[in-house]
Amino acid sequence: MTDNGGQTVRKLWTPFNVIVGIILAVGGVLTLMRFTQGIGAVTNLDNNNPWGVWIGFDLLCGVALAAGGYVTSAACYIFGLKRYHSAVRPAILTAFLGYALVVLALHYDVGRPWRLPYPIFVSQGTSSLLFEVGLCVFLYLTVLFIEFTPAAFEWLGLKKIRAVVVKLTLILTIFGVVLSTLHQSSLGALFMIAPSKLHPLWYSNYLPVYFFISSMFAGMSMVIFESTLAHRYLSRHMDDTHHRQAFGVAMGFAKAAAFVMVGYLSVKLVGIAIDGHWQYLTTGWGMWYLVEVIGCVALPAVLFAMGVREKNLKFVRWAAAWTVFGIVLNRLNISMIAFNYHLPSDQRYFPSIMEIGTSVFIVTLGIVIYRFVTTRMPVLHEHPDYPAH
Amino acid sequence: MGISRRKFIGCLGALALGQAAGVPGTAKGAAGKEFSGWPDSLGVLHDITKCIGCRQCESACHRVNNLPAPETAFDDLSVLDQKRRTDADVFTVVNRFDSDRPVFVKTQCNHCLEPACASACFVKAFEKTPEGAVVYDESLCVGCRYCMVACPFNIPAYEYHKALDPRVTKCTLCHPLLKEGKRPGCVDACPAGALISGKRDELIAYAWQRIQTFPERYVSHVYGEHEMGGTSWLYLSGQPFSRMGMREDLGTKSAPELTAGPLSAVPIVVGLWPVLLTGVYAISKRKEKIAAQEKQAAVEQAVVQSRKQAQDQLETLRKKWEQEKQSAINFEVKKALEEAAAKDPEPSQTKEDE
Ligand code: SF4
Ligand code: SF4
Repeated sequence: MTDNGGQTVRKLWTPFNVIVGIILAVGGVLTLMRFTQGIGAVTNLDNNNPWGVWIGFDLLCGVALAAGGYVTSAACYIFGLKRYHSAVRPAILTAFLGYALVVLALHYDVGRPWRLPYPIFVSQGTSSLLFEVGLCVFLYLTVLFIEFTPAAFEWLGLKKIRAVVVKLTLILTIFGVVLSTLHQSSLGALFMIAPSKLHPLWYSNYLPVYFFISSMFAGMSMVIFESTLAHRYLSRHMDDTHHRQAFGVAMGFAKAAAFVMVGYLSVKLVGIAIDGHWQYLTTGWGMWYLVEVIGCVALPAVLFAMGVREKNLKFVRWAAAWTVFGIVLNRLNISMIAFNYHLPSDQRYFPSIMEIGTSVFIVTLGIVIYRFVTTRMPVLHEHPDYPAH
Repeated sequence: MGISRRKFIGCLGALALGQAAGVPGTAKGAAGKEFSGWPDSLGVLHDITKCIGCRQCESACHRVNNLPAPETAFDDLSVLDQKRRTDADVFTVVNRFDSDRPVFVKTQCNHCLEPACASACFVKAFEKTPEGAVVYDESLCVGCRYCMVACPFNIPAYEYHKALDPRVTKCTLCHPLLKEGKRPGCVDACPAGALISGKRDELIAYAWQRIQTFPERYVSHVYGEHEMGGTSWLYLSGQPFSRMGMREDLGTKSAPELTAGPLSAVPIVVGLWPVLLTGVYAISKRKEKIAAQEKQAAVEQAVVQSRKQAQDQLETLRKKWEQEKQSAINFEVKKALEEAAAKDPEPSQTKEDE
């Protein structure tokens, strides 16, 4: 079960390695350019469009899709759904990597990254929602790190300290849920300061609620999506428990996601009704809004429900991928596409190829680290010395 | 466990308090609802109907702030053919809008009473000073550019091409000059009297007086009196402001009011969530326990039942066996008697004889 890597002589020139190598090399060059010539040298950002894909994709989508960590650990440890146990570790690992990469991406995006600790340690702008996001992300990253350490301790054979951390599980989980609630919703609330720039169909007093609710089904879908990939490529590192529970986990999360998505749609409906924005639905922006809400939330929710009813794993997996896509679309709409909607088209933002390249580089980095960790540490399987606690 | 729980709650408490303290805010710009501007703060009134588009104010701005010379000289008015906005080294621009006759509008930071930029900045790099200027502290800025997202007038610009020390830049209302009791550079340079500086309250009164005296010359709106909670720059115009690219749909809510809702939710989440979640945990734990108990009870019952069944079975078996044994004995006895009788019938008769 434990893979020592030594017995199977690894081939170096696999297609995976070659592609990853190229991406990492390009990423290195872009990094060099970014830090020697400034943000302007690699991005299409300008004074009207200060936030681009590095915020819209890397930060907003990264955080939303890393929500699997708090959703899964809450399901298992707080709601007592023990059958999710084998999904907790991979979810925590993904969340930790996700947040770590978000912070890494921020180093590219902000002008003076070495000052990133300033809002916490030097000058606290407590009136800013970005302050809340920063503080919570910082604290939550710490929580996730501690939550993941048992796996590393098992790998390293440090029994005593592992036992201490395992005792903290419940507290860490509650802390994680509180922090996640705060920063997931605040990310949406960030845009509440700019009602004149965000299209009315997306601007709402409910923005924080939308972001929080959608982070739940984003997290669940991501757990299903990720386990789909892991089953395909990392199956040999999984133990029987993981294999046995995987189906139940997928079905359980699919059912929960379908319910939450219906709830999300109803809150959205209420939001539009309260603001009286029906008339926008017939415009071009309205069509685009419906593509997002009907096409990428309502339809995958139906597919989830069908998958659950027919016990069809394939449906559930496709629905998960679709939902993930929908979340990405929603975050990009709010941060880039429907933002500054009133500007003439020549002043609108479109990312440069180098910006996208940097984002691809950062995601690739995450995949490489995930693979490194799961092929060594007890993540997808239990360590023989430490059965389920 | 006890200690760590207390610590954990302490941590959350600090988070809640920190946020709660942020909501009322200090009067330093990142302020809450109650703040209605510094008394006697200064402002500038821009009478758009008087502006002749000479760009003298732009030139003075560059001089006062030591900005690099622009590509086209200030007396070259051809730049007015295109629409410009403030930039990293351009704090103010004059734009021309053509209707029945050309109209010129100067744009710069409006020095809001409750600035969105200051409210948005997560390191308090912006400050609304008592003099009225909104000033920026380069030594704190992280460069997240949330201030630029927040500014409803699209004013702050960023030095995107600096690798090491990029700054946010914008008009300072010549704060150093104001403190010396002098006027901003642009106001001093305007040859047409289109810019007047003074106390904001007095400027508003003066502006309304102008509107009343020349109702045919002005629209009945002092731009900046209430926009986004009010600004230190005020504008008078002969035609609707939206025709000159100035948004009239900004509303009167200040930036801190817009974000007060989500900020005030923080203490609620921090206070309620842990309690609720611990409750849920307790319930699920109890459910588990009850389930376990029920399971055990069921097992016990099953054991008792099966034991009883086994006993019953045993009993019937025993009975049956005994019956069989009995009948076997009877049979044997009968057989023996019969055999005996067959062998020796006499004695019985002898007995009878006696
Ligand atoms: S106009 Fe913009 S930059 Fe100037 S004070 Fe207001 S919000 Fe800040
Ligand atoms: S860019 Fe600088 S001044 Fe603007 S919000 Fe960020 S830290 Fe504050």
